[in-house]
Amino acid sequence: MSKIGVTEVQRVAKLARIGLSDEEAARMAVELGQIVAFVEQLQAVDVDGVEPTDQVTGLVDVWREDVVKPSLSRAELLANAPEQKDGYIVVKRVLG
Amino acid sequence: MIDLRRPIADLVAEVKSGKLTAVELAQASLDRIEATKDFHAVLEVSPIAIADAQAVDARVKAGEDLPLAGIPFIAKDNYLTLGTHTTAASNILANFKAPYEGQAIRRLKAAGAVMVAKANLDAFAHGSSTENSDFGPTKNPHDPTRVPGGSSGGSAAAVALGQACFATGSDTGSSIRLPASFCGVVGMMPSYGLVSRNGIIAMGSSFDTIGAMTNNVSDMGLIMDIIAGKDPDDATTVERDPSYRLSATAPSLKGKKIGLIKEYLAEGIDPRVKKTILETAEMLKAAGAEIEEISIPLVDLALAAYYILVPAEVSSNLARYDGVRFGHSSKAAANLEETYRLSRDEGFGAEAKRRILIGTYVLSSGYYDAYYKRAQKVRTLLIREFKKAFKTHDFLIGPNAPMPAFPIGEKAADPLQMYLADICTVAVNLVGSCGISVPAGMADGLPVGLQVIGPQHGEVGLLEAAQAAEAVIGDWTKR
Repeated sequence: MSKIGVTEVQRVAKLARIGLSDEEAARMAVELGQIVAFVEQLQAVDVDGVEPTDQVTGLVDVWREDVVKPSLSRAELLANAPEQKDGYIVVKRVLG
Repeated sequence: MIDLRRPIADLVAEVKSGKLTAVELAQASLDRIEATKDFHAVLEVSPIAIADAQAVDARVKAGEDLPLAGIPFIAKDNYLTLGTHTTAASNILANFKAPYEGQAIRRLKAAGAVMVAKANLDAFAHGSSTENSDFGPTKNPHDPTRVPGGSSGGSAAAVALGQACFATGSDTGSSIRLPASFCGVVGMMPSYGLVSRNGIIAMGSSFDTIGAMTNNVSDMGLIMDIIAGKDPDDATTVERDPSYRLSATAPSLKGKKIGLIKEYLAEGIDPRVKKTILETAEMLKAAGAEIEEISIPLVDLALAAYYILVPAEVSSNLARYDGVRFGHSSKAAANLEETYRLSRDEGFGAEAKRRILIGTYVLSSGYYDAYYKRAQKVRTLLIREFKKAFKTHDFLIGPNAPMPAFPIGEKAADPLQMYLADICTVAVNLVGSCGISVPAGMADGLPVGLQVIGPQHGEVGLLEAAQAAEAVIGDWTKR
């Protein structure tokens, strides 16, 4: 039934930037396999010529005035940053 | 002791006349939260609740006409609020303090309501029991060995326990209606777009609806009247009706055409739930409504479409938790890649990871058309079926879940079984309709709610129908 193996789980986990232990990946493989098997039901529906639905409001092109509004201060926005220095967020080196 | 389950309109009148103060109400709420804290409905009490209440008393004294003067409420902890943490019940946000408040909270406070605490939920609103909270489950007020439902389980339990006059919730697939049903309170999800999503932690952005739990339908009308309406900060919000307030006497159901959704009562439903729903339908019929069974064949597939589309949106929305800008950041990371990977591994619970992985899988190259696109097309077909049903019927009814509150631990180890608890509710989110759960009866001491579903943007009619049903049902605890 399960088309999803541990290798596939680790491939997807890598795409999603989630580290998984081997044990977690093994469990997820079983669970994802069950869930994917469940959603396979949709393959039986005839969807030929049916438009996909992205959203249900029917709203198109919602505009607002292009004006400057008060916003949060840098200090307020930085308050939750795990590490900051001189008003900037500190990030690990990106380029080797 | 002040009973916070009294009608909100009565309490507001007493605050306005000076018989009660906002501070007294807030204190009563805090006392009740403390006395019933073992149910773990609340994650954090607001340290500024009394100060906020004092400010409301000053406004009342100054002659301001506040529609929710002094009314204490509890916000689901996926609402950004000032003065407390906002955690979404996830470890990845355990220390997060929001820099601003969302539109719904701002409107409630402007109307004189006082936020006293933050309610527990399934982390990021992923779940139907609150067992996915990283901070431990909430217990059902009617039986502490059972779940309160989810994801707004803390909100539903808090209202049932009389901890506050109402609580806010969010409903992406069942998260207001199901816990309302399990806890014996009224829970309403308006149509997508009626209440701003601004300042609420995103789950499935084309599904998330913002609503509340109250003790009665009339209270719900008062709350909707405050929070509904367009918001420039949420471009998906829609125009509102002039008023959602209900008159004191319930309207008649005479001549209303109500469809009982056949698929929701089919095999697999707990016979006690089925009995309550069928008996309630008979009562509505006796009150003049025309009740007939209606088939909406695709609702059987709604859950499958839901568990493709929502995880896809979840995986996108949870991409923002990167360990860099806010939220948990792994101490063990040696480089940026590890900051992402380890922070997310350490911070997210199993269900958040599961949904991110499903979502990433169905969106990934090679699977997009077979899963995601196909599910979007099934969504279109489901919308057509509901539109057709509402051409001939004013409302649709059914249960909120196939079973009453289940024991804590029963489904926790089996994600698919947990997902199946949402089988009677997700279609409403997929099609953008509105729904409400009204307590209808008891199954061996556990509440069972009647789900009433209205057409898209039919909130006024839905509230009236729910008020009528509530009046017809009478004392549901004796049924």
